[in-house]
Amino acid sequence: MGFVLAALSPMLNHWFGQRTSLVLALFPAGLAAWLALQAPEVIENGSLLLEWQWVPSLGISLTFLLDGLSLLFGLLITVMGACVLVYAGGYLKDHPDIARFHIALVAFMVSMLGLVLADGLLTLFVFWELTSITSYLLIGFNHADINARKSARQGLFVTVAGGLALMAGLVLLGIASGSWSLAEILDQEADLREHALYTPMLICLLLGAFTKSAQFPFHFWLPNAMAAPTPVSAYLHSATMVKAGIYLLARLHPELGGTELWVGVLSVVGATTMLVGAFLAIHHTNIKKLLAYSTIMALGTLTMLLGIGTEYAMTAFVTFLLAHSLYKGALFMVAGILDHETGTKDVTQMGGLRPVMPLTATIALVAALSLAGVPPLLGFIGKELMLESVLGADSFRTLLVLFAFLASVLTIAVAFIVALRPFYGQRHQTPLEPHEAPLGMLLGPALLALGSLLLGLMPAVLGADALLTATATAISGQTLEVALSLWYGINVALIMSIVSLGLGFLLFRRWDSVRGKLFALAPLMRHGPEAGYESMMNGIVLFSEWQTRLLQNGYMRNYILVMLATLIALIGNSILLRHSPVFTFDLDVRFHEVVVAGTMAMGALFATITRSRLGAVVSVGVMGFSIALIFILFSAPDLAITQLLVETLTVILLVLVLFRLPRFSNLSTSLERIRDGVVAAMMGILICLLIMTSWSIQQFEPISTYMIENSAPLAYGRNIVNVILVDYRALDTLGEMFVLALAAIGVIAMLKLRHGDGRHGENGNRENNGVKNADSSKVAAKEPYDG
Amino acid sequence: MVKSGTIILNTAARFLMPLQLMFSIFLLLRGHDEPGGGFIAGLVAAGAFTLYLFAFGVSATKEVLRMVDPRDLIGVGLLLGMISVVPAWFMGQPFLTAQWWTIPVIDFKASTPLIFDIGVYFAVLGSVTGMVMTLMEVDKDEP
Repeated sequence: MGFVLAALSPMLNHWFGQRTSLVLALFPAGLAAWLALQAPEVIENGSLLLEWQWVPSLGISLTFLLDGLSLLFGLLITVMGACVLVYAGGYLKDHPDIARFHIALVAFMVSMLGLVLADGLLTLFVFWELTSITSYLLIGFNHADINARKSARQGLFVTVAGGLALMAGLVLLGIASGSWSLAEILDQEADLREHALYTPMLICLLLGAFTKSAQFPFHFWLPNAMAAPTPVSAYLHSATMVKAGIYLLARLHPELGGTELWVGVLSVVGATTMLVGAFLAIHHTNIKKLLAYSTIMALGTLTMLLGIGTEYAMTAFVTFLLAHSLYKGALFMVAGILDHETGTKDVTQMGGLRPVMPLTATIALVAALSLAGVPPLLGFIGKELMLESVLGADSFRTLLVLFAFLASVLTIAVAFIVALRPFYGQRHQTPLEPHEAPLGMLLGPALLALGSLLLGLMPAVLGADALLTATATAISGQTLEVALSLWYGINVALIMSIVSLGLGFLLFRRWDSVRGKLFALAPLMRHGPEAGYESMMNGIVLFSEWQTRLLQNGYMRNYILVMLATLIALIGNSILLRHSPVFTFDLDVRFHEVVVAGTMAMGALFATITRSRLGAVVSVGVMGFSIALIFILFSAPDLAITQLLVETLTVILLVLVLFRLPRFSNLSTSLERIRDGVVAAMMGILICLLIMTSWSIQQFEPISTYMIENSAPLAYGRNIVNVILVDYRALDTLGEMFVLALAAIGVIAMLKLRHGDGRHGENGNRENNGVKNADSSKVAAKEPYDG
Repeated sequence: MVKSGTIILNTAARFLMPLQLMFSIFLLLRGHDEPGGGFIAGLVAAGAFTLYLFAFGVSATKEVLRMVDPRDLIGVGLLLGMISVVPAWFMGQPFLTAQWWTIPVIDFKASTPLIFDIGVYFAVLGSVTGMVMTLMEVDKDEP
């Protein structure tokens, strides 16, 4: 339904003009309200299942699972979605392509919602890929900018490559657990950790999750994705999409978590990501990059907490997740406001803006303090719990504590840089004369900042018997009581917090000189994972160029040769090795059958030796019509009619093409001709063998009996061929229709393009074009009968 | 290249095309019980247009087709194919389950397979006519 809305949004744009964003925002707001209404039931019962049969014969159904985890994510997605849509209305006001933006954003939102609500593993995967694609469109929204295109492509490649791994992982999970439903997998008694496939499955799933959630060493795409318009960064790259990987890990934690491998990989990778993100953040002066790296740090923290896996860590996970989404969304939107109103993204260019933009400054301060983990904001609780669970970690404790401490010092510095630098101190000259942002742009971040504050003051709202308890329960797999409060008494975590605040502030004061020193490290940075990505991409391009030159050389005869040779090798091998071919000659043929067969053979022979193209076409036609005759002789009128029509049209198309061909000339050497002859003869022999073999072997009861028996009573049709096409195998036919349409569009486009080009390629190419034409029509036309 | 305008071809085409089109619809509708069906009917109809194309050329054929671009027909066909899938959902049955309704007065059996078949018809018609037409168009401009 959401996709329909996305498709309709240009029309809405037409009707509502600039207020479209507001109207569209009603949709996520409504969904959020609906989700909120389900909350009491979910908290009480644990989970809800909504099912919709799709293709039950293949065991595919559309099922949605609503439990604490997906509810929290769903609420985040919808509430943030509403805020971002309203915000985008202001940010992209009067942008010519705002309709396109709306389409992609709403489509993304729906995909993301589908991802977190999906119960089927395959459904989850489909939505996962959809978020990658819509994210690609959104990052590359400013498609005239080469940088945006490059970043979009990078994000797509990294996440889709991870998606491939994820697919393998999900399939392994489905095989290992024997179920494709998350709810069933989570309910299962059997322990998947003991399964032989556990390790490969986990590695694949982790690859998928790590690439999506920008974990080290796949983190580099996220800062580059900041080429997207700011509403997109605020929505996709802080609150929602990058958390998809985290969601997946949390979702599978009860079933797969807790093993040595899980704990080791997740906590070490998470902690590394956390530190690397925070460390790289202070390199940058671009406010969006600062925030992007601090998002990487937060994602690392979340992964690490899942790795630690204690009850405390689960509580910390849910709190941190919520807190981060609220403050990071708000901060990104503030960054967008600054960019929009001052015309620069460089924090060193900004300063003293508070008197001009008091509201923005307040929002930024609240959100940044939450990021820094200052009481009484929600971020403080999240950070306290995080430090507490790191201190309570079972393995790698020293390492994790060290990393967490360093990361939090750096994060605090980042928070101050973002919130204080632009608004206080000396006023700088900015490209645009700054003024307060319009109401629409302030509403979203204000709401999120207010959320950070209120939830921080009243953590009980979230804790006992409320949403976060349900979420933590869903993640850990057992009932958990989440009790949040601002004050846990004086403990190690609090002391660490206070010390890190002090150090962070110090770092902020000395930021400019520190940054100067960091430049010395620049050559080292060039050898990071991004360089690896670049050289890999270059390698792929080189490889594909090489193999294109080799295989796709533009000569139809080579394509056919390769295809036939492959076919002969594969099928011939299988026939000769697995089934000894049976030769039973039955000479009980009637006279007219011999005549038809003889005509066919003569047609074929003539087509190969004639030097006239028209002659060849006609003799191929003769063969076709003879085949039709055979169909009639063996009482298959439908096939015969089809064959006749296809043959007729093929001849017409060939004749049309014939006029465009260059003069007949003999280009092949005699050696090549012998080679072609051998391949052709082998193909003929192969087909002959295949038919004889399939005739003599009957492994299964033929399905035709069932079809003949049930055609009239079940499908109300006496023409079995047609019933097969439109009823029994309608799905196949539907697919073939698309193939046919694609072939036709391809042919039309190719001809029109060449024509419109004004350049007419050399003859070899042209020949190709024509043959391809006739060929594809013939292939496409015959295909529906495959089923 | 293709010389249009011979009298015999023109006259034949003018009479044959409506006949062929009618025959194609006949084939389409009876397809479920007797030899025929959307695929064959689509080919026959495409044959009709191809004949007309040969006789009168591209621009005249476009006039006969009026507003309809063969390429749009492909879309219509695919759309009908997809639409025929939908009713099963509303009946709570799996995707693509055939639905049958009898229209009482004329005792006509309407069904989703029929809609599907019509979709096939249009897709085939659109694809083949589109290809032939484009080929001829290109030829016409390319001496």
